[in-house]
Amino acid sequence: MFSKILIANRGEIALRIIRTCQKLRIQTVAVYSEADADSLFVRQADEAFCIGKPQVNLSYLNADEIIRVAKASGAEAVHPGYGLLSENASFAQKCIDEGLVFIGPSPSILSAMGSKIEARKTMKQAGVPIIEGVNIPLENEEEAKEAAKSIGYPLMLKASAGGGGIGMQLVHSDEELVKAFAGNKKRAESFFGDGAMFLEKYIQKPHHIEVQILADSHGQVIPLWERECSIQRRNQKVVEEAPSPFISEETRSCMLDAAVKAAQHIGYTNAGTIEFLVDHEQNFYFLEMNTRLQVEHPVTEEITGLDLVEEQLKVAAGERLALTREAVQRNGHAIEVRIYAEDPKTFFPSPGQITEFELPQGEGIRNECAIEAGSAVTPFYDPMIGKLIAWGATREEACTRMQAALDQFKIEGIKTNIPMLKKIVSHKQFLKGLTTTQFVEEYYLPELTTTK
Amino acid sequence: MATVQASMAGNVWKVLVSEGEEVKAGQDVVILESMKMEIPIAAEEDGTVRKVHINEGDFVNEADALVDVE
Repeated sequence: MFSKILIANRGEIALRIIRTCQKLRIQTVAVYSEADADSLFVRQADEAFCIGKPQVNLSYLNADEIIRVAKASGAEAVHPGYGLLSENASFAQKCIDEGLVFIGPSPSILSAMGSKIEARKTMKQAGVPIIEGVNIPLENEEEAKEAAKSIGYPLMLKASAGGGGIGMQLVHSDEELVKAFAGNKKRAESFFGDGAMFLEKYIQKPHHIEVQILADSHGQVIPLWERECSIQRRNQKVVEEAPSPFISEETRSCMLDAAVKAAQHIGYTNAGTIEFLVDHEQNFYFLEMNTRLQVEHPVTEEITGLDLVEEQLKVAAGERLALTREAVQRNGHAIEVRIYAEDPKTFFPSPGQITEFELPQGEGIRNECAIEAGSAVTPFYDPMIGKLIAWGATREEACTRMQAALDQFKIEGIKTNIPMLKKIVSHKQFLKGLTTTQFVEEYYLPELTTTK
Repeated sequence: MATVQASMAGNVWKVLVSEGEEVKAGQDVVILESMKMEIPIAAEEDGTVRKVHINEGDFVNEADALVDVE
């Protein structure tokens, strides 16, 4: 096992990684931007180095500076967390070239799965069902219209390098497609440096369900059940839970098998997630693979009792997984909500100074949070400031605990989505487990206008 | 003269107008990027752009002047 690692990330996930390292007696090196100098994760790490100005391209995305700090501090490995450089193949390669272990899969897997078009092709070869669509980049509106003809509307126009909903739009006609094409292509070029676009058949009111896997470098792949992450706003997840209240045991078992097959086919190592869209008849289709730790990994930890960061470190150190598929039992139900610094009605970000702050406590309650009273939420980074997780022996108990915890959550000085989260987790559709990706549009937003 | 201000702190992602250009009330003149989200900023009244105070890539604070419209 490593004796010292560098964490190339910030906020709650940096703190989360530090916690496991402390448990395993691994020294931690934090890197931070000028905007994060007073952050909890900087104080909690054994060593911390400022790597630049607040903007991510001048700090958290500065691969060379991060690697320089890693080497100078004597770290043996780099944990990239999620977002930022976590799925950046050239960063992973640079780490390896400099003699550092990148805690994640190989650079070639990062780049193959980073392109959604490539990933579709690979998964098709692996025998995993994919959504009907095109597997070549569409150059212009004419090519897109031609492709649309063979699949049929409605369609999702997507950026191959996309993420976080950027460069993605639902289109119902040639007219809408033409209107959407150039803008999304440009957005993809500017955000991801790659404007390759493709089309997929639109699946009506799908569920977003993903399978967590762990794979070691000795060929063993183990599924750690699924997470239901259907409740989203701006195509980003807001509420996640495990297990999914929607799928049958038979579907579950098929999805887990498909995820294992996918990971084995590409020779995957470390923790990874295969995302699927599931239609109302429980047909499931590969959506994308996330080649890193996910934001919502705590719900899997809560129902399996595993520490996913610990497993990642062991796999990266070359150890064999001390688990079998049969031994990973699921116990109870866990729900996570993401706390965003944003207006709960418009979803616009709300940076500012936090004046009062108190985390909820209680049985089955877990907080993953990197802020405290007096923290400033700056405009430079993702608006997610923390996560609240509730575990219960049943889904009902987890819901009740979550509702109580949200009522206790005290945060003043900025706007947050807590009022929205309270409405969601007490909504009768949610309590019945009827959560599709249209939940916010169908059940949350209409209530705002009618109750005014 | 009316000054279009930044509604929140962020980076200037796109400047959509140039000096001398006619704009209508409600027309987006600048797009800010804050917390990984695009925030369009619109002119509040019809007029001609007299001055653009910022460049793409600049960091602005809430209430900073972006564009003067007359």
